[in-house]
Amino acid sequence: MEKKLVKTVFVTVGTTQFDDLIQTICSTSVTEELNKLGYTDLILQIGNGKDPERVDEQNLNIKFYRFKNSIEEDISNASLVISHAGAGSILDVLGAGKPLLVAINENLMDNHQIEVAQRFSNEGFLYYCKPSQLVETLQDVNFDALKPYEPGKPEKFAKVLDRIMGFTQPDS
Amino acid sequence: MDSNLEKSYFSPIYYLVPTFTLLYVAYRWFQGPSQTTKFTEVRTKPASIVSVIGSGGHTREMLRLMGALSGNYSPRHYILANTDSISESKVHAMEDDLRRKKNFKTEYLIHKIPRCREVNQSWFTTVAYTIYSIFYCIPLMVICRPEIILCNGPGTCIPVCLVGWIIKCFGIVQTKIIYVESICRVDKLSMTARLVYKFADNIIVQWPELQSKYPKCEYYGRLV
Repeated sequence: MEKKLVKTVFVTVGTTQFDDLIQTICSTSVTEELNKLGYTDLILQIGNGKDPERVDEQNLNIKFYRFKNSIEEDISNASLVISHAGAGSILDVLGAGKPLLVAINENLMDNHQIEVAQRFSNEGFLYYCKPSQLVETLQDVNFDALKPYEPGKPEKFAKVLDRIMGFTQPDS
Repeated sequence: MDSNLEKSYFSPIYYLVPTFTLLYVAYRWFQGPSQTTKFTEVRTKPASIVSVIGSGGHTREMLRLMGALSGNYSPRHYILANTDSISESKVHAMEDDLRRKKNFKTEYLIHKIPRCREVNQSWFTTVAYTIYSIFYCIPLMVICRPEIILCNGPGTCIPVCLVGWIIKCFGIVQTKIIYVESICRVDKLSMTARLVYKFADNIIVQWPELQSKYPKCEYYGRLV
């Protein structure tokens, strides 16, 4: 028998809870859409939230867990990551070079974390939407059009500090 | 006897010393940070650094910065909230990594201070805890004598920076207070950044929009 190609979507909510996102992703309309796009598996990291109410495995193989010491492996095995707007999660996923869709938590509208998702989206590194817009967004966007992410450069800071402290001459 | 006792209570020293101390601190406050020192030759003596570790995203960003430093900074003091064991293990992991990859042999120390503010704590207890942390920090900072205080925004950095700045005012040590704003801040500086804005020596931001809004900020691209 021909081995089926596995394409995984990984969902992460970090250390918070984001039931709205988890429930929406497990809904038939979203899993159908993901299936249409060629994804076969769905892994959810649900944090402190409630277990998904209804796991409809007709379209995708679904697994979920609350926390792991490191979600690095799940990120690197995924073909698409859907994440909450936490800067840590965003930087982890972009750093791993994975296509990223950020789901904005509407219950935290004054939360400054949204700014960073918008800003990275302006740069063309990711897409973002509200959980209620997931289906349309998945239909509309083209993850291949995302720009490759350039990681931040802490070396620049090290140089600046060396200059401030006089370890290097100002013009070097 | 009684009148002598009374006299000693009203001795000028009891009000003159605190008054002049306060006036001097206020003077230094309005004077702002000292001008950047001009160096005539390249420094070789290592500089001691205090790095204030927050939690979660703050820790991650701070460790990225600390991990990129050259070998010129020693000893490296990490100050973290006493409730934060996760960050502590991350600091050890990062330093172990430096030893292996960059062959650092310099020492690092971890100090714990009371936390100023848990999430959802009321503002009254926050203020009380901050005052407590300030007193807690005084001996610590006098012992560390940091030449650099590096922080990026957790509440814990307020008492550390304040005490660092006061001991600097009194000439105990020449400290540079360097604040690196979190990548999360795009449109507006964080509360902590606005609190240290006046007396920090350098405020480094990671988005150009902030630099145009707050003239003191420096921008060198995304750092984390």
